[in-house]
Amino acid sequence: MSYHIVVCGSIVPDPLQTLEPVAGPGGPALKNEMMLPAVLDPWAAHALYEAANLAKAAPGSRVWLVSVGPKAKLQQVMMHVAQKVPFELVVMDGPAGGFVEAADTAAALAQAVEGIAGLEKDRLLLFGGWSSASRGTGATMQILGELLGVTEQFQGVDELRPADDGSFEVKERIEGGGYLRSRCAGAPAVLGWATGNLPEPPNNPQVGMQNMRLIMPALQKARPAAVGAAGVAYKAVELPGARRQTRIVKDAPVDDIAREIVEWIKG
Amino acid sequence: MTSQSRSQDATPEIPRQSMEADIVCVGFGPAVAGFLTTLTRGLTGEDGMPVAESRVMPGMAPQIMCYERADDIGFGVSGVVTRGRAIRASFPDLDPAAIPLAHAVTSEKVAYLFDPLGASRRSRGLRAAEAAARRLPWHDKALAALELPWIPPFLRKEPGFVLSMGQFTQWVGGQIMGTGLAQVWPGTPVAAPLVEDGRVRGVRLADQGVNRKGEPEAGFMPGMDVTAALTVVGDGPVGPVGRAIDAALGLPAGRHQRDWALGMKAVVQLPEGCPLAPGTVVHTLGFPEPEIFGFLYVYPEGVASLGIFVPSWFDSPVRTAYRYLQHWMRHPYLWRWLEGGTLRSWGAKTLAEWGRHGEPFLAGDGYARIGECSGSTNVLTGSGVDEAWATGVLLGEGVLELLRQGREFTRENLEEVYVSRRRRSWVEQEARVAEKSRDGFQWGVIQGLVGMALTGLSGGSLNLSPAVKRPHERIPALERYCRGRIPDREVAELRAACRAEGRSLHDAVMDRMGWPQVEYDGKLLVSHQDALLLGGKVQAGPGYADHVRFKDHGLCAACTEQVCISACSGQAITANPEAGPPLFDREKCVHCGACLWNCSRPDPADPEAANVSFGAGSGGLHSNEN
Repeated sequence: MSYHIVVCGSIVPDPLQTLEPVAGPGGPALKNEMMLPAVLDPWAAHALYEAANLAKAAPGSRVWLVSVGPKAKLQQVMMHVAQKVPFELVVMDGPAGGFVEAADTAAALAQAVEGIAGLEKDRLLLFGGWSSASRGTGATMQILGELLGVTEQFQGVDELRPADDGSFEVKERIEGGGYLRSRCAGAPAVLGWATGNLPEPPNNPQVGMQNMRLIMPALQKARPAAVGAAGVAYKAVELPGARRQTRIVKDAPVDDIAREIVEWIKG
Repeated sequence: MTSQSRSQDATPEIPRQSMEADIVCVGFGPAVAGFLTTLTRGLTGEDGMPVAESRVMPGMAPQIMCYERADDIGFGVSGVVTRGRAIRASFPDLDPAAIPLAHAVTSEKVAYLFDPLGASRRSRGLRAAEAAARRLPWHDKALAALELPWIPPFLRKEPGFVLSMGQFTQWVGGQIMGTGLAQVWPGTPVAAPLVEDGRVRGVRLADQGVNRKGEPEAGFMPGMDVTAALTVVGDGPVGPVGRAIDAALGLPAGRHQRDWALGMKAVVQLPEGCPLAPGTVVHTLGFPEPEIFGFLYVYPEGVASLGIFVPSWFDSPVRTAYRYLQHWMRHPYLWRWLEGGTLRSWGAKTLAEWGRHGEPFLAGDGYARIGECSGSTNVLTGSGVDEAWATGVLLGEGVLELLRQGREFTRENLEEVYVSRRRRSWVEQEARVAEKSRDGFQWGVIQGLVGMALTGLSGGSLNLSPAVKRPHERIPALERYCRGRIPDREVAELRAACRAEGRSLHDAVMDRMGWPQVEYDGKLLVSHQDALLLGGKVQAGPGYADHVRFKDHGLCAACTEQVCISACSGQAITANPEAGPPLFDREKCVHCGACLWNCSRPDPADPEAANVSFGAGSGGLHSNEN
C-alpha cells in the first residue's frame, strides 16, 4: 500500500524568541514579525519527518508539504527544511502570524490540497501539527478534514503503524496522560501529530538539491491566500507571564532537577 | 551527479558520498553575498539565457552552492557603520528604509571615557595625559568624558549608514535565492577543503551522527565531499576551511595573522525619551580598560546596536568581554542614554584585526579567498563589511569573465581576473595605507593612538611599526598582571578556590581589583547566561563533534592563566575541577572563536598557533534580532 501524504505546516517564530504582541492595522500582530528568525512549526516538522518515514517504507508513496505563509520567509526556512527529507512544496502566500482564524487557514489549505495535480484521495493521509495554526485549539486540521470530506480523524498522534492490507493503527494522546490505540481501515484520514517518535533527520545536501528543484518553482508560483481575521475582534492579546531565574548546576540528577522545578513553580 | 568515493585524508576507510558542483562557496557573510550578487546578476545574458553552461550538469546554468554553518543566514548579531561605497555600487538605488534596522549616518562622535571607578589599569603616561585632558574645555566632569571636537577624516563614516548585518545578509540572501541561480544552504558546516597536490578541488562537509570526539554513533552520516572547479572561501577569520588552506599551503613570506579582537555586541531598546536620533554614531575609548574600544549606533525606532572590542594586544589574562561590556554600559557618559533600556539581542564575534598583515594567498588552483579571511578588513578606518563586500564583487566580476571565456579556474587565471582587479581597487589602496596603522599598540595605548594618527594623517607614509608579537606572547602570568594590587599568595589562593569550585577566576580577580559587582536590573544588565537566553539561542545540532578541542592536555593542566575560560563569550569553556583540560559545552558556544587566540600556551607543533583548535561546528548563536 502506498500513500499520498499531504503535510500541512508553515513557519513560526523560533520558539525561544521573546515575542511582543502589538496592535497592527489589520489586528494584532507580533512586533518586528518579519525580522524574527523563523522555523518550520515544530509540530508540523514532526509530522513531516513521520510522513517521510512512512513514504520511505511504502514504495510509491509521495509527500507534499503545503504551507500558507509569507513566501519570502518560507523561502528562507525551506533552505533548512529541504535538507531533511524529500517532499514537494505547495505554497500559498499569506500571513502566518498566529492571529489568523483557523477556519481561514483551513479553507486556504483545502484549496491548495484540491489543486495538487495527481493527488489521489483514496490514498490521502492529511498530516499536520496537532495544535498548529489554531492557537492551541487543534481546530485547523479538523476543519480541513471536514472541508475535504475526510471523516477519519486522529489528534495528538504519536505513532502510526501501517499494515499490509492498507489499514493502520494509530496511537493518540488522550486526557490524563493516557494513550488510545485505534485501528483505521485505511486512507483517507487526518492525523494531527503530537511529537511522534522520530529524531530530527540529519541535513543531507543531496536531499536538499533534489527538493530545491521543485521548491523554487513552487515559491514562484505561490498564489495569495485569502486568510486573516476578518470579523474577529480580539479583546486582549498578552503573553503568558514569565519568571526568569538562572542558575548553572552541573551533573544534577534528573529527579532533583524535576523536584526543584516543581517547588519553583509552586513558588 | 553523485557517486561514492573514498576520502583522501586521515579517515580513508570511510566511504563518502560525493556531489559535483561548478562553484562551491564556504560561509555566507558580506563577501560571499557580494560575490553571489555579482555572479548571479551576470550569469544571465540579455537574451535571458545563461552566459555559461554547467560542466557537471550540461545544458543547465552553472551549479552554484554556498554552505553556511549557522541554522539560517544572518543569524549572528552585528551592528555596523559603513561608508557603504561598494554596497551602494551594487545597489545604486539602495534605500536604507528598505532594510530593517538601517539608517543613514546623521552624526558622529568620538568620546574619551575616564575611569570613574578607579579600577582599571592605567599607565603613568596615560594618567599624565588624562590629567592634561581634564583641563581641556571639552571635558565633562559629570560624565567623566571628553568628546573630541574634531574627528579625523579617516575615521568618519558619513555619508554612510548604520545597519544590522544580519538583516542585510538576509535581505541579500533572499534576492540571490530568488534568482534561482545559486543555492545558499544553512545548517551545513564545512569541515575542510579537499586539497590534492596543492589544488583545492572542493570541500568536505562535517560528519553527522558522531559523538563529541567525532566517533561514529547510531545514524552516522559521513560528511559529503562536494567537488567543484572553483571553491570560494569566505568563512571569516576563524573559519576552518580558510585556516586549513593556510596550514596546507602556508602564508606568503612576511605575512602573519597575530592581531585579533573580540567584538561583543548587544541590540538594545533605548528607554522612552532617549534623545539619541537615528543614525547617531558614537565611538569610545579609554574605559573600561584603556585598550578596550566601544561603539554605539542608533537605528530607527529607538533601537541601538552597541558593544566593545577586546583586542589581542590587551596585555591581560582577564579578558571577560561580557563583564567589561556591562561596566562600559554603566559608564555615566553612556548610562544617561541606556538606563531603563532593554536587551533585545546579544552576540559576539572574532575580528581579523591583522588586515593586510595577514593576507593569505588570494587565489590558487581551484580556489579564491574573499572577505575578512582574505585580510580585507581595514584596521585604520575600522571598516570591514564594505571591504569584504567589495572583494566578493571583484571576484564575481573575475569569475564571470572566466566563465564567459570558458577558461579554467587556475591560479594564473584567477590572479589575472581577480587578484589583479583587487590590487587596483580602493580596497587594496586603503589597506596598504592601513597595514601598519595599529602596530603602535604593540608598545602601548598612547603609542598606538599616536601611530594611528600618524598613519591616518600621513596617508600611510609615517608609521610606528614595532614587531608584532604572537597573541600568546601578549598574555602575562596572572601574578605579574596582579602585581602591586594582589599579592602572589592571594592570587594562588584565588586560583585554587576557583578551580575547586568551578568558578571563574577572572571574576574573582576583577572583584578583588576593585571592579564593583554589576547590579542586575533584569532588563539590560542581566547575568551572562541570561544574556544567552534573552539575547538569542545557541543552536547546537545533535550528532556533531565538539568543534573546540584542547590539543595538549598537559599544557592545559599546567596553565595558570586560563584565558580561554575568561574570554569565552558564552561561558561554554569552564574550569575543570578535576585534572585535565577545561570543560567545553557545545550547547553554550556562540562560535565567536575567541578561544582560538585567547590561549596563553603555544601549540607545541606551531608557535604561531595556540593550544586550542577550533573546527567546523554546527549552529552557533542565533541572535534574537541580528
